[in-house]
Amino acid sequence: MLNYVYQLITPKTISVKYEDVEVENQVIVKPEYLAVCHADQRYYQGKRDAKILRKKLPMALIHEGWGRVLYDATGTFNIGDKVVMIPNVPGDTQNDIIYENYGKGSSFLSSGKDGFMRETVNLNPDRLVRFEGIDERIAAISEFVSVGMHAFHRFDVIAHSCKKRIGVWGCGSLAFVVSCILKKKYPASKICVIGRNVNKLNQFSFADETYLIDDLKDDFEVDHAFECAGGEGSYYAIDDIIRYINPQGSVVLMGVSENKIPINTRDVLEKGLTFVGCSRSGREDFINAVDFMKDFSVQRRLKSIIYETEPVKDIADIHRVFSVDMNTDFKTVFKWEV
Amino acid sequence: MIFGAILAGGTGTRMGIDKPKQFLMLGEKPIIIHTIEKFLLCEKIDQVYVGIHPDWIDHAQDLIEKYIKIDKKVILVPGGKDRNSTIFNIVDAIEERFGESEEHIVVTHDSVRPFVTLRIIEENIAAAVEFGACDTVIGAVDTIVVSEDGKMITEIPDRKKMFQGQTPQSFRMSMIKKLYYDLTDAEKSILTDACKICVVRNVPVKLVRGEVSNLKITTIDDMKMAKAMI
Repeated sequence: MLNYVYQLITPKTISVKYEDVEVENQVIVKPEYLAVCHADQRYYQGKRDAKILRKKLPMALIHEGWGRVLYDATGTFNIGDKVVMIPNVPGDTQNDIIYENYGKGSSFLSSGKDGFMRETVNLNPDRLVRFEGIDERIAAISEFVSVGMHAFHRFDVIAHSCKKRIGVWGCGSLAFVVSCILKKKYPASKICVIGRNVNKLNQFSFADETYLIDDLKDDFEVDHAFECAGGEGSYYAIDDIIRYINPQGSVVLMGVSENKIPINTRDVLEKGLTFVGCSRSGREDFINAVDFMKDFSVQRRLKSIIYETEPVKDIADIHRVFSVDMNTDFKTVFKWEV
Repeated sequence: MIFGAILAGGTGTRMGIDKPKQFLMLGEKPIIIHTIEKFLLCEKIDQVYVGIHPDWIDHAQDLIEKYIKIDKKVILVPGGKDRNSTIFNIVDAIEERFGESEEHIVVTHDSVRPFVTLRIIEENIAAAVEFGACDTVIGAVDTIVVSEDGKMITEIPDRKKMFQGQTPQSFRMSMIKKLYYDLTDAEKSILTDACKICVVRNVPVKLVRGEVSNLKITTIDDMKMAKAMI
């Protein structure tokens, strides 16, 4: 079958690649709702290193979304099933010790391989998770939620048991989702969100405490922390975390920065801190995310950070989506109708 | 029910080759196989029919068995002497098996347009259900010039109102069948396009947005273009 693949060939230039897709041993999925990630926006705007752009483009963007099963040669799904698509492609070295998203040889759709901006997406059945009972627009950000679930899981395994106060640095979509998960998973903990933008902070109505970064008092403290700032903000967030965290706290690093960041190692050593790098997610995290999102109170919260723009029917609409996303505070989702 | 009717009744005379163009290889598969596969994947289509020139039915069956891995049935029907008679051979075969119904929709498509998209097929179905008939078109890029004698310009219409017709063309089956069988033999020989039958009988035909890439592979140059695309 001939498939349409909408590739970014150079920043802000989309072109269609036509590819012959084999259906054997694969599940054919028609993407229905997709969501924009900062990583896609950085490729689209050309804000990645020129060397990286040369290496990874042309490539179809978008790695967040769900679709409907059109055909399944493996017999795992029924035609019409709604499935969340997993962009992580595990390598051959998969084992029980290393999570699939960190395994050597693993790859990622929309980072070197074509993402979900295709007429149909062909995946192995284990790269799909069936779902029901989740609002279609909210299901579009399942991958994003799975990243939060992965971070929660790693934190839960590593952090010591005193979790009276957990700090989340950042006030964007990632901080929102992580805070939302932490609030549900640790109802007895105080979730403290520290950000730069008062309007965005106001969205965190469920958090126990919110602060602008300049307003933190000297006696502010947390037992553990999540860094969800990313970009230029990562340096300030990590520096603050090291200052305010209690001894032997765990710090989960989640924000992506293009530049190297100086870290106050003297205080890291003195406090005996544990730093955990978290990126992407695997099948288990997707299953947990879908389960988590079935809760209607969770859906109501997530809905507050979703902005749905008009459906995408052609290449001009793809450009519109990335333009709209530049002015969206949180997550941009859209129906894929090419 | 919704039926796909893929039209492959031609014998390839325009391309000047020894087999119908729909059987030429495009990438790893014959053109017609790509087209059939797209229709088979459309979940809204209940049954796919293919109208094939009688001399090539066995060959087409062999190709379907060899290349199509999608576990859905494709029914082959002998093509007629022209495009419309192939369509109505398929309509007859559908009604023989599934009976007559006001609800039946037929999505007719050239077998030599393998780049058709699921969106185009689905929008055809939706338009045929709502309006009774639809045609797939793209806006004209070149200025269209009308000449009555082929020598001098008679008229240059406003390009914004000009479109190029593609396929699919989709219809409520009972409606198009009634229109067709009401035509005289003389009209049938002139009205070779099913949408034109609707237009001359004042039946509204909805436009569905096609794709420039949904090209019809008719000439050697078209084939070169299609090969270059993949």
